[in-house]
Amino acid sequence: MTQTTPSSTMSFVEIINGQPLERSAIPDLPLPQFQNAILDAVQDGHRVAALFGTPHQDPAKLNVYAVLADDRRSRFHAAGTSVSVDGFPSLTPRCPQAHLFEREIAEQYGVKPLGHPWLKPVRFHRSYRAGTDAWNRTATDVVQAGVMEFYQITGGQVHEVAVGPIHAGIIEPGHFRFQCDGETILHLEISLGYQHRGVERAMQGGPDHRSLHYAETLAGDTTIGHGCAYAHMLESLSHCRISPRAAAIRGIALELERLANHVGDLGALSGDVGFLPTASFCGRIRGDFLNMTAALCGSRFGRGLVRIGGVGFDVETTLAADLLKRLDVAEQESRGAITLLWETSSVMARFEGIGTVPKDTAAELGMVGPAARACGLDMDSRRDHPSGIYRFSHVPVSTWRGGDVFARAYVRWLEIQRSIQFVRDQLKTLPSGELRSAVAALQPNAFAVTMQEAWRGEVCHIALTDAQGRFERYKIVDPSFHNWMGVAMAVRGKQISDFPLCNKSFSLSYCGHDL
Amino acid sequence: MIKSLITRFQQGYRTIGYPDPGATEPVMPARFRGRPVFDSSKCPADCRQCVDACPTQAITIADGKIKLDLGRCLFCDDCARACPEQAITHSRDYRLTVRQASDLIVNSDQEIKLAAALDGKLRKLYGRSLQLRQVSAGGCNGCESDVNVLTTIGWDLSRFGISFVASPRHADGLLITGPVTENMKQALKIAYDALPDPKIVIAVGACALSGGPYINHREVNNGAANIVPVDLFIPGCPPHPMTILDGLLRLLGKIEAGKS
Repeated sequence: MTQTTPSSTMSFVEIINGQPLERSAIPDLPLPQFQNAILDAVQDGHRVAALFGTPHQDPAKLNVYAVLADDRRSRFHAAGTSVSVDGFPSLTPRCPQAHLFEREIAEQYGVKPLGHPWLKPVRFHRSYRAGTDAWNRTATDVVQAGVMEFYQITGGQVHEVAVGPIHAGIIEPGHFRFQCDGETILHLEISLGYQHRGVERAMQGGPDHRSLHYAETLAGDTTIGHGCAYAHMLESLSHCRISPRAAAIRGIALELERLANHVGDLGALSGDVGFLPTASFCGRIRGDFLNMTAALCGSRFGRGLVRIGGVGFDVETTLAADLLKRLDVAEQESRGAITLLWETSSVMARFEGIGTVPKDTAAELGMVGPAARACGLDMDSRRDHPSGIYRFSHVPVSTWRGGDVFARAYVRWLEIQRSIQFVRDQLKTLPSGELRSAVAALQPNAFAVTMQEAWRGEVCHIALTDAQGRFERYKIVDPSFHNWMGVAMAVRGKQISDFPLCNKSFSLSYCGHDL
Repeated sequence: MIKSLITRFQQGYRTIGYPDPGATEPVMPARFRGRPVFDSSKCPADCRQCVDACPTQAITIADGKIKLDLGRCLFCDDCARACPEQAITHSRDYRLTVRQASDLIVNSDQEIKLAAALDGKLRKLYGRSLQLRQVSAGGCNGCESDVNVLTTIGWDLSRFGISFVASPRHADGLLITGPVTENMKQALKIAYDALPDPKIVIAVGACALSGGPYINHREVNNGAANIVPVDLFIPGCPPHPMTILDGLLRLLGKIEAGKS
C-alpha cells in the first residue's frame, strides 16, 4: 500500500486526533477547489467525518468547514471555505456522504445547497440566522417534527405505512414512513428530530458548568464515548496531558460500555426473532457489565467517571481484583448465552440474508462502526485514529462479511471477546499516575478534532475557539448520523415484517442524531 | 435443544428476592451516589461554592440553610467536589420518589417525604395490575434503559402486576422520560389524551422532572409536569433501577408508606 498523501487533499491541512491548530492555519479555499478536493479525497477512500457551517463576519456569507478522515494514514484533513447565503452548489449528487451534512447546514443557517436531491429538515428547528429558512417558512409557519413532504409512491397495490414517533417498546421516538407493495418495502424514509434538545447551540460560548453534562447525555448509552471525546477536546485545547493511569481507566470504562450495549443488543435481537433463552440471559448479563461500571464510578452509565484532565475515580488493587472476578463470570455466561444463537437453526434462519447492505453501498454512504465492519469495511478509530490508552494497547479490529443481520450480530460477538480481553489486560497492568492533571485555559483562536470509537462507531467532536478561548462553534457528529441511511438501505426490497429486526441490528441513537 | 436446556441450567434462577419478606435488602455499589446529604453547620458564612458549581441550579441557600431540588439534581458530585468544608456527601440511599412536586425540594435537615400509595378507587383499580405506556420525550436513553431493565429476569417487574404495553389505549398510565422537547410535545399530549380515565402519570429522571441538563433551553418544556399532570416523581440522572422500582411499589402500596 502506498503511503503518500493524495494530491487532492494537498490543499487541506493535515492534523491528527486531538492536535490543536491555530485557526489561521486552516486553509480558506475557494469553493470549487474545496469541493473538488473533497470529491477527489472521497474517491481515494477518505471519509467525510464532518461538514458544517459557522457564521461569517460578512452577513452575506457562511463559513463551511470540512474534516476528512484518512483512516489508512491516521490523519484528518481540514479546510474551510465561504459560501453565499443565497446558496451553493450541492456536493451530494456526486458525494452521497455529504447528504445529511448539507441538510444540516441548510437547517441551521438557512443556506441552501442547490441541486441537493433530498433537501428536507433534519431536526425541525428554526434557523440560527434569524429570519432565514431554507424552506421559506415564515415566523408564523409551524416548524414541527415530521411536518414535511415525504417521498411517495403511488399505484394499484402500493400503500403507505407510518410508524412513530412513539414506538411500541421502551425506546426513543422517531418517524418511519414506508412505501410498500404488498409486504415488500419499496422505500423507507426516516424522519427524526423529535429528540432535539439544542445541544450544539447551547455549547456555544462554553465551556461552562453544563458542558460535560451535555456530553454525558448526548446519547446516554454512550456517556463514556462522548464524555471522552469532549474531555479530550478540552485537554487538547489546553495542552493538558492526562496520566497513563487515567487513560487506562477511561479505556476500561469505554470497553465496559461497549460490552454492556453489545450484549444487550444481542439479547434484543434474539428477542426479536422469538428466541427467548438468549434474550433473557443477555438482558441480565448486560446489567452485570453496567454494574461493573457502577463499581468504578457509582453510575451504571458511567456518569462522573470522565473528568476534564483525567478521571473522577481510581481503580484500587482490591477493586481491580473484584472486577477481574466479575469479568470472568460475565465472560463465561455471555459465551454460553451468545453461542447458543449461532447453534440454533431457527435463529440463524432469521439472521442470515436479512437486511443486507452491500459493502460498496456502506462505503458510499460513509457508514461507520460495527455496522460498517459487518459489511467488510476494515475501519475502527481505536486503531486508525488512536488516542489515550489505544495508542499503547491495541484492540484487533473485528470485521465480517455479508452486511446482513447475522454479520452485524457476529461482529458484536467478536468485539465482545476482544473488549473483555482488553479490559482484563488493563486491569492486570494498570499504569501509575495522577487521576487528574491540571487544566489551563483553552487556546484562543484554535481548531481541533477529537475522535473516539464508541460502541456504535466513531464519535467526532470539533471545536473552534474565539479570541477569548470560548467555543465559537462546537460540532458534534454521533455515529448514528452516518448510519441511519444504512437502515433505510438495509430494508429496501425486503419484507416489512423484518423491519424491527433490521432496525435493532443497527441499534442507532435517536438523541445522538437529534442532538 | 439440549444445549438450550444445559445453558438454561447453567444460567440459573436470577430474579432478586426483594421486596419479599425475609429477602436480603439490595446492596448499592460502594460509590453509588444516592441522596445528597448537607451539613449546613459546616458552611462558612457567605460561602456559595456548591450553589455556583451546580450545573442545574438545584441548590439554594437561605438563612444559612441549604435547600436542594431533587428534581433538578443530576447526582453528579460537582457540588461535593466544590465544597471547601466537605459538608456535602452522598448517601447510598436509593429511596427518592415523591408524589408532589413541592416535596422534591428538601431542606438539609429534613427527611424526604417519600411517595404515599394511591388511595381509594385508584388503588383498588391498579394496586394489583398496572399497565403503563412509556413515552420518551427527549430522553437520552439512560432513563429508558434503566426502566427497560426492570422487565428483565433480574427484576421481573411483572411479578408485581406492572407491565409495559404497546398502546396508550391499553394503558392505565404513562411513564415519561426526557425534558419534553418541543418536537415531542404534541405526541405526548395525544398519547395522554388516548389513555382511558382514570389515568396516572409517572415522570422518571431529572429531565422529566425539571428539564435536567437542558433546563430553560428553548427546545424543551422543562419536564412532563408542564404538559400533563404528574402523579409520581422519580429523581435521578438516570435513577437506579432500584429507585424506580421503589417508587412504583410505593405508588401501588406494596411498600408501606411509613417504611423508609
